[in-house]
Amino acid sequence: MITVAKTGNEAMAEAMRQINPDVVAAYPITPATEIVMIFAKYVADGLVDTEYIPVESEHSAMSACVGAASAGARVMTGTSSQGLALMYEILPIASALRLPIIMCEVNRAISGPINIHCDHSDTMAARDFGWIQIFSENTQEAYDNLLQAVRIAEDKRVMLPIMVTTDGFIISHGMEKLEMIEDPIVKEYIGEKKPEYSLLDIEKPTTVGALDLTDYYFEHKMPVIEAMKNAKDVILEVGKDFEKKFGRQYGFYEKYKLDDAEFAVVVLGSASGTAKVAIDQLRASGVKAGMLKIRVFRPFPAEEIAKELTGKKAIAVMDRSDSFNTCGGPVFTEIRSALFDSQNKPSITNFVYGLGGRDINVEQIKNIFESIRNVGKVPVVNYIGVRQ
Amino acid sequence: MSKLMNWKELPPCDTLAAKTAEAFETGDWRMGEKPVWHPEICIHCMICWISCPDSSVTVKDGKMTGFDYKHCKGCGICAKECPTKPNKAITMEKE
Amino acid sequence: MATLKELSVRKDPLTGGHRACAGCGFPQIVRMVCLASKDPIVVVSATGCLEVTTTIFPYSAWTVPFLHNAFENAAATLSGVEAAYKAFLKKGKIAKKINFIAFGGDGGTYDIGLQSLSGAMERGHNLLYVCYNNQAYMNTSIQRSGATPKGANTTTEPAGKVKQGKVQRQKDLTEIMVAHNIPYAAQATVGYWADLVRKAEKAFSIDGPRFINVLQPCRLGWVYKPEETMSISRLAADTCFWPLYEVENGKYKVTLKPKEKKPIIEFLKSQDRFRHLFNPKNETILVEIQKEIDYNWEKLLAKEAK
Repeated sequence: MITVAKTGNEAMAEAMRQINPDVVAAYPITPATEIVMIFAKYVADGLVDTEYIPVESEHSAMSACVGAASAGARVMTGTSSQGLALMYEILPIASALRLPIIMCEVNRAISGPINIHCDHSDTMAARDFGWIQIFSENTQEAYDNLLQAVRIAEDKRVMLPIMVTTDGFIISHGMEKLEMIEDPIVKEYIGEKKPEYSLLDIEKPTTVGALDLTDYYFEHKMPVIEAMKNAKDVILEVGKDFEKKFGRQYGFYEKYKLDDAEFAVVVLGSASGTAKVAIDQLRASGVKAGMLKIRVFRPFPAEEIAKELTGKKAIAVMDRSDSFNTCGGPVFTEIRSALFDSQNKPSITNFVYGLGGRDINVEQIKNIFESIRNVGKVPVVNYIGVRQ
Repeated sequence: MSKLMNWKELPPCDTLAAKTAEAFETGDWRMGEKPVWHPEICIHCMICWISCPDSSVTVKDGKMTGFDYKHCKGCGICAKECPTKPNKAITMEKE
Repeated sequence: MATLKELSVRKDPLTGGHRACAGCGFPQIVRMVCLASKDPIVVVSATGCLEVTTTIFPYSAWTVPFLHNAFENAAATLSGVEAAYKAFLKKGKIAKKINFIAFGGDGGTYDIGLQSLSGAMERGHNLLYVCYNNQAYMNTSIQRSGATPKGANTTTEPAGKVKQGKVQRQKDLTEIMVAHNIPYAAQATVGYWADLVRKAEKAFSIDGPRFINVLQPCRLGWVYKPEETMSISRLAADTCFWPLYEVENGKYKVTLKPKEKKPIIEFLKSQDRFRHLFNPKNETILVEIQKEIDYNWEKLLAKEAK
């Protein structure tokens, strides 16, 4: 291990250098730009063998990724917010063609109004496209998740594209301590890509991306559904292997003082660091507070999460985006659905926070705990940190 | 029409083997006329072959050998383009 | 240039059994372009008639590797395939030469795919982009496109009591490609097969981004008898409605100079999409169209003479 100080973007760029993909196609967008800028310098300095395509839009970035991955290449890209939105059309094509493209996605609010800061509205809007989605709390997780992403996505049982996310500016531009794995060890860890098919296989010509009428479209979605189920096993296997090799533990989620907690928050991404401080303070004053930090949002580990939360008195689900459905954010609806069949289910309340980079602090999270300790006193869906 | 596959029988990764369309016969699209080859007039210029939308002019070793009626849609381009004079080596005739 | 006999012993990129209309023009374009390559090819197609009719699952008419991604991104997609190829060449994982070809209709090329095409051309990928240009969105029922010529009847700009089909001129995409300073750009049409095959051969002999804009009559959208696809295509060139030329490293060469330039009405009257223009009250439109064609033809000849 090499200990360095890196921002989230720098950590992801370093992981990309170590992965040394065959092709990278990317277009600049704040706050993900830096990942590609740093990587472009690696290309310019000959530190990687990658064919780098500086495309004219994110739509073309994802299109080129699909082309390159169909040719059998290991492919990466990075984007954020509007850039991810411009890719939306191509994202489900990548999963349908079973192309394990790896994306560094820096969570940023979707316009409008235009805003460059963190929330999860971009990634959440991409949740139903057959991509694996992994959230990172900090720089270290961003780095570790990206390395594991290669193994997860390219596993024969999975063969799905994957996005590893960090929170815009909070993680992407925040400098933290990073334990990096040595280059040759990473190379050995990720191994060579063995594609299922390649367009460049002239001897065995394949037609990729055919038209399905009503008689085959449904059938072609089933393998993606199945692969997403398989991804659950593979994510855990890869996490265990990573822990064995490098000492850091990864599963579907992280529990923080959860097992004996009576009250818990469910959080994704950087706000979980803040929540940990709030929980420590509450514990010191005798409140049995805890947290479940979701790492893997797609596939959604519903059964596992339900087991962890069943029996708690009350749960607060923190959503950094809204679904505009009048009944809660995307994480909330998943969690509530996951708990539907539980015998001893807790009361569940939704707190939408932090839109457009609005800060979330320890006091606010303590207030969330205070709210759910008075079950029935607050609405099901709450908006915190907004001037009302 | 072949039997419909269930999802576990599909080729992997939404791929499809080349040339499978050969099994799909479009010959029944013809509207009552088919091209007829007159080998005694044919000069094997191959203009019909290059002009056919349906790869239905059969050739061997650089010579025309006839039509693939399983796929020929009867558009008539081959007969129209056939350059032999005064009689054409391909004519459209009632089936 | 390879003779037809020589071409006919090469592997046809398409089989029969695809679902293009009887009398369609694009399968011949695909054959002429692909057979001009002596090296193996990989094909990407934009969404459109070609892709839809040749790949209805589980029937593929392609005999060569083929990828369809979406409507507006054939050029970007192929640039990814080509980049992967370069990466594998560099790593010694592949050695043989492969030609990369993208096909897109005029909708997927002139309109929604223009940005993707422009980007790929500017980045200098080693690929050939071929537009099979039938001058409207034929796959979805003949909607107007940026390639639809003035006066043509389409379903989204139909001829009516007060409007006479498309009001605007078509976009000159070939010149836009020339303005990218790519090593080779050309215009061809399917009825002049020797001209198209020669241009494709030339394109394959050049490194870098190349573009060929091929006019393709569509019996459905242009409304004529199915056997007339090739002859109407030639009429487009003979009237200078669709001049055949190429631009190699900035140098223009007109590849077909009709001995006697036919009047445009001969082309227009061959198709029902222009039928309304022959109403006496629309005579001024016919005069305008002829004037524009004459002007553009002279402009092209002047470019060649430079």
